[in-house]
Amino acid sequence: MKRLFPILSVLTALLLGYALYLALVVAPTDALQGDVYRIIYYHVPSAWTGMLLFLINFVASVIYLIRRSQKADILALVCAEVGVVFCTVVLVTGPLWARPVWGIWWAPGDIRLTSTLVLWLIYVSYLVLRRFSNSAQTQMLAAALAVFGALDVPLVYFSIWFFRTQHPQPVIGGGGSMDPRMLHVLLISWMAFLCFGFLVCWSRFRLELLRREVEEAHALESLAGAEEISPKASVPLSRSTK
Amino acid sequence: MNLFWGLTLATLVKDIRLEWRSKDALNAMLFFSLLVVVIFAFSFDPLAEESRHIAGGLIWVAFLFAAIVALNQTWAREMRNQVLDAYRVSPAPANALFLAKSIGNFIFVSVLEALMTPLFVIFYNLHVLGPAWQLIPIALLGTWALVVNGTFFAAMSLRTRSREIMLPLLLFPISIPAVLGMVAGTTAVLTGDNPAHFYIVLLLTYDVVFTTASLALFETILHAE
Amino acid sequence: MNGIKFLFAAYIATWLIHGFYLATLVRRFSRLREQLRELGKK
Repeated sequence: MKRLFPILSVLTALLLGYALYLALVVAPTDALQGDVYRIIYYHVPSAWTGMLLFLINFVASVIYLIRRSQKADILALVCAEVGVVFCTVVLVTGPLWARPVWGIWWAPGDIRLTSTLVLWLIYVSYLVLRRFSNSAQTQMLAAALAVFGALDVPLVYFSIWFFRTQHPQPVIGGGGSMDPRMLHVLLISWMAFLCFGFLVCWSRFRLELLRREVEEAHALESLAGAEEISPKASVPLSRSTK
Repeated sequence: MNLFWGLTLATLVKDIRLEWRSKDALNAMLFFSLLVVVIFAFSFDPLAEESRHIAGGLIWVAFLFAAIVALNQTWAREMRNQVLDAYRVSPAPANALFLAKSIGNFIFVSVLEALMTPLFVIFYNLHVLGPAWQLIPIALLGTWALVVNGTFFAAMSLRTRSREIMLPLLLFPISIPAVLGMVAGTTAVLTGDNPAHFYIVLLLTYDVVFTTASLALFETILHAE
Repeated sequence: MNGIKFLFAAYIATWLIHGFYLATLVRRFSRLREQLRELGKK
């Protein structure tokens, strides 16, 4: 399994390079927006990948709440972190695309960008909770928060959608149908970013496993130290039989 | 079922009685709310043409800050006297405690809002152009939206470092659709430009979804130790 | 047209963000491996 990682890394790098070539060279120039529209090949795949990661986080959190599976908890944490990274990319590339095309950095009624912002905020608060919580049940609290966040998402969409109908705003990122050649490049870009995202998640997963291993080793060491000091005295952790 | 509601009522009455006896916290928060309104009146020119358009947002941001101050001390008394441990061990349904706390917070924040609103009307010379009665469901549903999630997240924050900052950190992102509903709905009624019906439905949906979620998960997080 | 500047800014920003995150992963990995080695010695 571990030998697979370098091979996949190289393949992913090649795929990303190929996607970049397609995005900059092969894809046709947009009639209205010129060449700036090519940001879409980074902006949209990042958004789709981010959403997918958050979806996996939600499912993993529910599984954790039901089954208390440690693997599910690690998966939830990993997907949240990597999801936030991809979301950050979306939030940075979005305004960079909007500015030259629409003349504004941000439109509050833009559903996709605003929803992404709210999701980013929710998951950053999720990560902060995991970092600041010192209880043995951190994982449970975080899972509960993830469920709340997921319930919030459709509400966010509808609230902004209705707000838009009363306050017409420009749609950043364009709507409507796409030239099939552009769609083709977009999908390949997405494939590339999915593979990249998968590898990053895999690395983070291994990192978390290692971290927990080290933590456990530390704990065992302290226990061993305590026993050395007072081997005859009652160890506080043992239960007295009655 | 009667036991459940009896328990909720008993806890609620006890909380109200305790708050009423030590009016210090109460008075401090009332004064804080007044200060917030005054600061806003200085920061955002009340005489400007657009004041009616932004008043909705200003009012709810002020309410939000006042609510945070109130919510932060929701569980303070329970923490001090190990009441939560007693509750965990007792057979009493955890939801009764949660509901009692939420309703108590709701009453308290509503009192703060009732005091701040006339001040806003005075400072901003507000008069309502749309159907004024719609402000009542917006206020009730909006306040409940903040309070129900706030009480839940306050309980979650109990076992974190920097407890006081953790609550707004968790509450604000999740509350965004509700805040949008409250603000846009209030502005719609004040200016009379748009109908506020959808925002009321949005707030109602939000309240139902998150009240259910809080009741479903409260027992789980209460036992987190 | 100066839109191209935004295009390149976006692409560069994307990889800066990903690169920064990957760098933190690498740093955490090496720190943990060091801790593990120290624990192994004891």
